Amino acid sequence: MYPISIVAEAMLNGLLTGAVYALIALGLTLVYGVLHIINFAHGAFLTVAMFAVWAAYVFLGLDPYLAIVPLTILFFAFGYVVQRFVIGPASHGDDGNILLVTLGLSIIIENVLLALFQSDTRSISTDVSFQVLEIGGLLISKARLYGFLGAVVVTALLWLLLVRTDTGKAIRAVAKEKLGAQLIGIDVKHVFAVTFGLGTATLAIAACLLMPTFYVNPRVGGAFVLVAFTIVVLGGMGSITGALAGGLVIGVVESLCSLYLGDSLGQIGIFIIFILVLLLRPTGLFGARA
Amino acid sequence: MLEVSALKAGYGQVEVLRGIDLSVGAGEIVAVLGSNGVGKTTLNSVISGTISPRAGKVVFAGRDLTGASSASIVQAGLIQVPEGRKIFPNLNVRENLELGSYRRARKNRAANLERVYEAFPRLKERRGQPAGTLSGGEQQMLAIGRGMMAEPLLLILDEPSLGLSPLLVEEMFTLIGKLNEAGMTIMLVEQNVVQSLEIASRVYIIENGVVTLSGRAEDVAGDPELKRAYLGL
Repeated sequence: MYPISIVAEAMLNGLLTGAVYALIALGLTLVYGVLHIINFAHGAFLTVAMFAVWAAYVFLGLDPYLAIVPLTILFFAFGYVVQRFVIGPASHGDDGNILLVTLGLSIIIENVLLALFQSDTRSISTDVSFQVLEIGGLLISKARLYGFLGAVVVTALLWLLLVRTDTGKAIRAVAKEKLGAQLIGIDVKHVFAVTFGLGTATLAIAACLLMPTFYVNPRVGGAFVLVAFTIVVLGGMGSITGALAGGLVIGVVESLCSLYLGDSLGQIGIFIIFILVLLLRPTGLFGARA
Repeated sequence: MLEVSALKAGYGQVEVLRGIDLSVGAGEIVAVLGSNGVGKTTLNSVISGTISPRAGKVVFAGRDLTGASSASIVQAGLIQVPEGRKIFPNLNVRENLELGSYRRARKNRAANLERVYEAFPRLKERRGQPAGTLSGGEQQMLAIGRGMMAEPLLLILDEPSLGLSPLLVEEMFTLIGKLNEAGMTIMLVEQNVVQSLEIASRVYIIENGVVTLSGRAEDVAGDPELKRAYLGL
């Protein structure tokens, strides 16, 4: 058995990582909740965002935390345009088609990135990358702490947007009742695109929070999205609070599995949870009853 | 206020509306009657911009709105309360009402909310409740209240009595009469002939996608054609 301090540290680290997982899951669950599709390009978009953070740092000297603002705006616009002018028109309103279009997009993006950057792994090291805080005898990576705080703040902001603003209410309205929304003057295509834009914008933020301690290569997004998908299922498809709670749970599980089973088996616990949830509670922790 | 002329529309090979002419003047209640499947809901969909017409014209408040987007039609003040209510079940009652002023009359939201609560005290009691948990009658009130939030110049009600108990149907028609007395122009699209004739000023009867009978409500009520149109006698 490990001493309690090591287990505590592993759990704390799991919580910190889990929050960023949650952030990635947030975009996936939001798009699912409104457009009723799994966005297969989510991972590829995350990879693009991480390359963007890397490029901004290497070529422009822009600190990842400062890059949050311009990249969030840029990726919101990118997501909006992709949904409104690529996915929307190409799918002709059929969910199966949307699925295929996003899958196709992810293949294109991944291969373009491979052509541009080869499959080399790249990373950046900023001032905070190796800084460590000591709290009550536990050592915490500063960058991971920032990542946690950023993820929690973004989740709270997104929740406020959905509950307090007209745009947010329109998003929730369109999720359940498209015709009713149209008849009160809501532009449904616009709302779809805004939702998709928000989903990609959260990826930009996640990328900025990840890059100080993580690496990027053309396939890195896929691994994250697999975890994010588990979180979405665990938390309940379409649930914002579920994504946050699910992310934290998954982070801790992964961290403890790495501790006890070794780093290479860290993710085994995630997929055991995935199977258990599907067997025992398919609607997830916070999902609406079917 | 609303002028529909020679309107044609359909789905695929099927032509549902085969040249409809009708008009609604300011301050009127105009009833559009017809049994199931004659094209009443298609007519509403074309007027509200959710499907495009194949021919004809829709002019509202002096503007040609033929084939315009739903958003710009709502903006112009033509609001439809659809068949089956189409409220937002996952939003609470107050949020549903607030969204009624998403496109129009947003500035007067607070005042209009009070006005709707006054007209439907039941909605005020349930303002924090998810709309999906309301009874059928309450959902219908909510749908009408949501329409009122946009300060409509013309309110189209599609089968407001559908699925309500006889007592509630009575109540609903009284309410529609009251709204009209308060100055609201209403186009009432219904299957419920007797009660619609009681509150309407003018009536159009639709059969197979064309208007077969129209006129003042009391004249149409006494016309033997009405029975034929409805019962095939």
